[in-house]
Amino acid sequence: MTPLEITDRLKAKLGDKVVDAKIDGVPDPFVKIAPGAILDAALLLRNDAEMEFDFLMCLSGVDNGKGILGVVYHLYSMTNRHKITVKIDIPVAEPAVPSVSSVWAGADWHEREAFDMFGMTFTGHPDHRRILLPEDYPGHPLRKDFKVPEFYQGMKVPY
Amino acid sequence: MNDLLTHPLKTSTGRTIRSEEMIINMGPQHPSTHGVLRLEIVVDGEIVVDVIPHVGYLHRCFEKHCESMTNYQQVIPYCDRLDYIASMNMDWAYCLAAEKLLAIQVPERVQYIRVIMAELQRIASHLIALGTYGLDVGAFTPFLFMFRDRERILDLFEMTCGARLLYNYIWIGGVSHDLPPGFVDKAKAFCKYFRPNIKEFNDLLTYNEIFIKRTANVGVLPKDVAIAYACSGPMLRGSGVSFDLRKDDPYSIYDRFEWSVPVGKGEVGTIGDCWDRYMVRMREMTESLNILEQALAQIPDGDVASAIPKRIRPNAGDAYVRSESPRGEIGFYIVSDGSGTPYRVKARSPAFVNLSVTPEICRGSMIADLVAIVGSVDIVLGEVDR
Repeated sequence: MTPLEITDRLKAKLGDKVVDAKIDGVPDPFVKIAPGAILDAALLLRNDAEMEFDFLMCLSGVDNGKGILGVVYHLYSMTNRHKITVKIDIPVAEPAVPSVSSVWAGADWHEREAFDMFGMTFTGHPDHRRILLPEDYPGHPLRKDFKVPEFYQGMKVPY
Repeated sequence: MNDLLTHPLKTSTGRTIRSEEMIINMGPQHPSTHGVLRLEIVVDGEIVVDVIPHVGYLHRCFEKHCESMTNYQQVIPYCDRLDYIASMNMDWAYCLAAEKLLAIQVPERVQYIRVIMAELQRIASHLIALGTYGLDVGAFTPFLFMFRDRERILDLFEMTCGARLLYNYIWIGGVSHDLPPGFVDKAKAFCKYFRPNIKEFNDLLTYNEIFIKRTANVGVLPKDVAIAYACSGPMLRGSGVSFDLRKDDPYSIYDRFEWSVPVGKGEVGTIGDCWDRYMVRMREMTESLNILEQALAQIPDGDVASAIPKRIRPNAGDAYVRSESPRGEIGFYIVSDGSGTPYRVKARSPAFVNLSVTPEICRGSMIADLVAIVGSVDIVLGEVDR
């Protein structure tokens, strides 16, 4: 399927949960979904016989600035050999998003990494812990407003 | 179990032995974890009940560094240090993503040079993977043979760009230097020298009875689990899925060469066991040689620096580009805000994703097999922890 057909199908099934879609003039065509509907969208994308996105290439957290965090899902179908990018925007004030690790098991560690770096919580994640940084690290360093603390565990940071 | 409850084990002094699960920490400093990986293992006797990998000991803030560079080019030395035994592939993957954002067409000669470097690097990386895998299961000699041959590849790299491990050779839009005089002949001589050695490795290690006993039917990764966890590279192909990005989502000029994708067939055990993953790597070296020989024969003349942009300032937008590293799918997701510095760089490292499946395939195996399984995943902690 072409990216246009995929976005049309998503729009037909999810209605106004598809917030935005851009096919032309961007390096990777993407669909933007309402954050609450991401689990439904994920199930649809994986289970629909014509789409069958069974391979989660990448899951990235992004800080879009102006108090908006984002999660970007890059999907690929091993059977149909097509790709789509799915994006969601989350307000930084209430950064909760349903976890898709029940749909793609590979999302597990990626979501932990996004939580570690950006601080959005993935509801329903089976093992919601930091992954790369120490458990007691203050804050989420890839946020644009993150300030490196002067001391960490009594050690001066800019050594 | 029941007879232990009714007749508990006793020492000769009459002390009752407790029989219960226990937690063992393997690593972060353990020779079989190939770096600083800590595995928290729950064992019942010698049976592994659960494995919880702890990563992050080598976290170097790669993604944060990228955002604080002054331009896109400065990220490349950091990419070298992601997968430090396959640096060429890492540089190339990052450059592919940046070139997609910038919409740069790379000259023919550069394409060929990059393919030659990537395939040499793939052989060098597989030699380490296979050699240390032999060490993991107790075979010392193949390791020495493989490092001897890897040395020749490093000599070729040193001749090209002066460095033996971290090259900073592939640049956005080109490469830093043209090939030195005599490189093509030396690389051809290497191919001729190396091809018979693969048979020697097979005789020494692959079909060794003890090696097969240690690896066949161990750590079986079924096809559907591999896809669900988004495993890639030899890990996925070992499970019998013929999927190689060079073939199935071709980038650069890989569609010009004749070669095939080796997959695990369960020759000595079950499809997707450690031996299959090992064998996929061994056969991939032959395929890399096939690609190398064709590329070395076809390489055209030309300027290697003509497409290198003076000022790198991509339009606002984002791109995800993936390519095949020795360990699998290395993807770079770059977000640009139109300035000269990347707004966000995410490295999707293959070893990070492949490692996340280990708890799934380790449950129920013996502790000694755990070493064989983790070795067959072929992790490089530099790219797991970034």
